[in-house]
Amino acid sequence: MDTTVVNTGTEGKTWGGGNKPLKASYGKMMMWFFILSDALTFSGFLASYGFSRFKFSEIWPIADDVFTHVPFIHGDYPMIFVAFMTFILIMSSVTMVLAVDAGHKMDKSKTTIYMFLTIIGGLIFLSSQAYEWTTFIKGEYGAVETHGGNIIHFVDTDGNRVALKDFAITQPTDRVQHERKNGIWYSDEKKLTSFTFNEVLAGFKANDDILVKTTYTDNATGHKTVLSRAESLTELETKGKNVVEGANLVHNEYGPPLFANYFFFITGFHGFHVSIGVLLNIIIFFNVILGTYEKRNSYEMVEKVGLYWHFVDLVWVFVFTFFYLV
Amino acid sequence: MADTHKLEIFRGLIKFKSNTQKIWGVLIFLSIVTAIEVVLGIYKPEVLNGHFIGMKMLNWIFILLTIVKAYYITWDFMHMRDETASLRRMVVWTSVFLICYLIFILLQEGGYVGNVFTNSYLKHDF
Repeated sequence: MDTTVVNTGTEGKTWGGGNKPLKASYGKMMMWFFILSDALTFSGFLASYGFSRFKFSEIWPIADDVFTHVPFIHGDYPMIFVAFMTFILIMSSVTMVLAVDAGHKMDKSKTTIYMFLTIIGGLIFLSSQAYEWTTFIKGEYGAVETHGGNIIHFVDTDGNRVALKDFAITQPTDRVQHERKNGIWYSDEKKLTSFTFNEVLAGFKANDDILVKTTYTDNATGHKTVLSRAESLTELETKGKNVVEGANLVHNEYGPPLFANYFFFITGFHGFHVSIGVLLNIIIFFNVILGTYEKRNSYEMVEKVGLYWHFVDLVWVFVFTFFYLV
Repeated sequence: MADTHKLEIFRGLIKFKSNTQKIWGVLIFLSIVTAIEVVLGIYKPEVLNGHFIGMKMLNWIFILLTIVKAYYITWDFMHMRDETASLRRMVVWTSVFLICYLIFILLQEGGYVGNVFTNSYLKHDF
């Protein structure tokens, strides 16, 4: 067989092959290029979020009014919980980079501990996101949707939000949820809201101290415009159409449907990346325990998965800014 | 590999003794930046409400701080600082160029459509 091998005469020269001009292994380089393409996907999503936001800049909800929940504590605490989530993710990034560092030093026990901590951090982040989604879907105050698709909120005279259940007056109604078993088998509808629009309207008329907070931002103050009592009444009577409680892909009580859609899509896609990251970390964690990399004499796999994990953190930094801060 | 890390941040202003020490140093820096963002996000100082090139001053500050954070995550946690210049440029220049291009196009268009909504005879508040 030796006779079939052709020598090119360029062995050991620059173009003779076997050079590593980037001084990185194939796997690591490809992980970088994957990250590059994934970064472009995420920026596509975030830029289209920006597109819709610029398009609906007047009626876009203010993040501080939407994400105000902290587990086990009642009241409005904007930013606190997201800041916690950000910190958890940065912390798990740190334990990851410490694991990579320990791997370079071929320190099996330290790598194991740091990988374990990274996985725990990832799981805490995922559960926080589950909490965030649950409160977002459930909603808190409820709102009225207008014929034009805008959202109307209710506030008291001090500007604090008022929940629909605190003032709506229950009226007798024949309206029941339409289910498949009661009609054509392929036709049904979503669960009815706890109040009808007429009940909210009646309650609004009976309570003089409740005002309408429109979806339009007042550019001078940066808050949503609150109408006077007389204006509120006309606004609700002429424009109000139905009640919205919580959020789904079609309606949400916070603002334009697109807001909830982007929230579900972008944080969901990021959460999916985190889940995959946790899965990869678990695989690497067991490989470290089993001594696979010890035998291979290189912990580079830890570094490659670490790159992915840091990328997930990097994306969150941007999601945090564009969803919660700006 | 372990001894090839570059241990300086802030252009050599701070030099760490070991890679582990640098990691903790960067963590402290990132935490401070996040804390600044959160405090600004909660209090939203009136001074920063002024507009500057189509956006609030405050939002520009947030975006700037985010890019600073992204830089340190990429350079120190992902070890971009230790890679060869050519690998670094392949990844960073490509993404920076394409992302800037995309953002410019989409935001320009979004602003235009928004203007059509507010200024033309299109009724959406009813």
